[in-house]
Amino acid sequence: MSQAALCIPILPPAISRAVQVLPLLPLSLSLTAYSRRVAKNHPSLFRRLGDYGHARFILDPTDLPFVIYLEPNGGAPRVTVRRRSVTADGEARIAGPLAALLGLVHGAYDGDALFFSRDLVVEGDTAAALALRNAVDDAELDLAEEIGGMSGPLAKPLHRLIGFIEGRTGVFLSRPEEVAPW
Amino acid sequence: MEIVCPAGTPAALRAAVKAGAHTIYCGFADETNARNFPGLNFDRAEMREGVAFAHAHGAKVLVAINTFPRAGSEHIWHSAVADAGAAQADAVILADAGLLDYAARHHPDLRRHLSVQAAAANADVINFYAKSFGIKRVVLPRVLSVAEIAEINAETDIETEVFVFGGLCVMAEGRCSLSSYATGKSPNMNGVCSPASHVEYVDTNGKLEARLGGYAIHRVGQGEPAPYPTLCKGCFSAGDKTGYLFEDPVSLNAEQLIPQLAKAGVTALKIEGRQRSRSYVAQVVRNFRAAVDALEAGRAMPQGMMARLSEGQAETTGAYKKTWR
Repeated sequence: MSQAALCIPILPPAISRAVQVLPLLPLSLSLTAYSRRVAKNHPSLFRRLGDYGHARFILDPTDLPFVIYLEPNGGAPRVTVRRRSVTADGEARIAGPLAALLGLVHGAYDGDALFFSRDLVVEGDTAAALALRNAVDDAELDLAEEIGGMSGPLAKPLHRLIGFIEGRTGVFLSRPEEVAPW
Repeated sequence: MEIVCPAGTPAALRAAVKAGAHTIYCGFADETNARNFPGLNFDRAEMREGVAFAHAHGAKVLVAINTFPRAGSEHIWHSAVADAGAAQADAVILADAGLLDYAARHHPDLRRHLSVQAAAANADVINFYAKSFGIKRVVLPRVLSVAEIAEINAETDIETEVFVFGGLCVMAEGRCSLSSYATGKSPNMNGVCSPASHVEYVDTNGKLEARLGGYAIHRVGQGEPAPYPTLCKGCFSAGDKTGYLFEDPVSLNAEQLIPQLAKAGVTALKIEGRQRSRSYVAQVVRNFRAAVDALEAGRAMPQGMMARLSEGQAETTGAYKKTWR
């Protein structure tokens, strides 16, 4: 008995082409500042990484033209965005559509299920990838909420915009609401 | 019937409770439990908080201390039992006879369950553990048919708990040396079957190969489910034959057998998967809670929809129906 895999949204090529022009240095600096805010709000995430708190993770959204290098750096994380053509080493590479990666971060998808269905690819140090997956899963992250916290008076309209995009694309940009307790 | 659910992290514990779990089992972040994987499990403070959260919502917490103490390092396991008691856990799940004896003598009020790792598969041995160490429940190995479980329940007053969903072990529980052979790490001593540090996936020309300790154990083509990284589910070639030597990469799903298990006298249904995400935990728990509630209300069993969450994305009723080749 088997069942069809999850239908993970793939970004249209037009979006991929459009973001190709983004300047990578400001993007890297913004994501680093953002990840440090997340680190401040979720210190247990870095504790859970244990031996891999200073590893370098390659997060590869396969439907985008760039690759994200995440270094937890013991709780002061650094994020570097590079063109796909520019390669650098890392302990583990986790690759899949952006929607799959965001769904994992938000606890909407099960990592093992995505891996067995081949929606997600893990290469390199499997233990490092597992530690990151487990640490992120426990942190109950909501990236939209974190962005909202940085947006001052724009938080509410931004929240509505994110909800609109989620509804139209099926991509989890925030933590899905839990259904009512049993 | 009681649903016993896995939690590898505090977030998974909360998800299980909210999804309707009666009981959650979890372990400390060390070698005392059989799911000692990177990023998983609970430190002492998290265990205390997790137990308090579960109790506040009417659920119980069982602490798995189900590996076998190393000679000279027994104090690590003794501390785990003491700390589970201090955290107000509802029971500890133990496998080692020495540790059971220690717990019975030093923490007599802490309820003791016999782990599946003890491989107690008949009424005589279960009654022996009950008489010697005061166990109140046994987790039965995944090698018994429903009829055999009914036979056991007829001959013992000890509660029985059986696995109904998740990964399967083909070996007698607690006696597997395959992972040790390939990696030097033992599931029973170090708490890791196929430790992630020894697992490697390599994509070569579109074919995905799983390796354990440097040994290739399975290779699949594009479009096929990713191979599971354990030797017992490996696919091997010898001469002109290729096949799964030990067992097919399928996952247990006994959801439709719940009424028969209830008739066989089973007290609790266990879900495997402390290494899985809170998303998995919430989905599986909700599904099984619906099934148990349907049984108690006299309704038909709901049709399952959990194959996607299974290892290998395929399911079996395992030994319960004895259809193995």
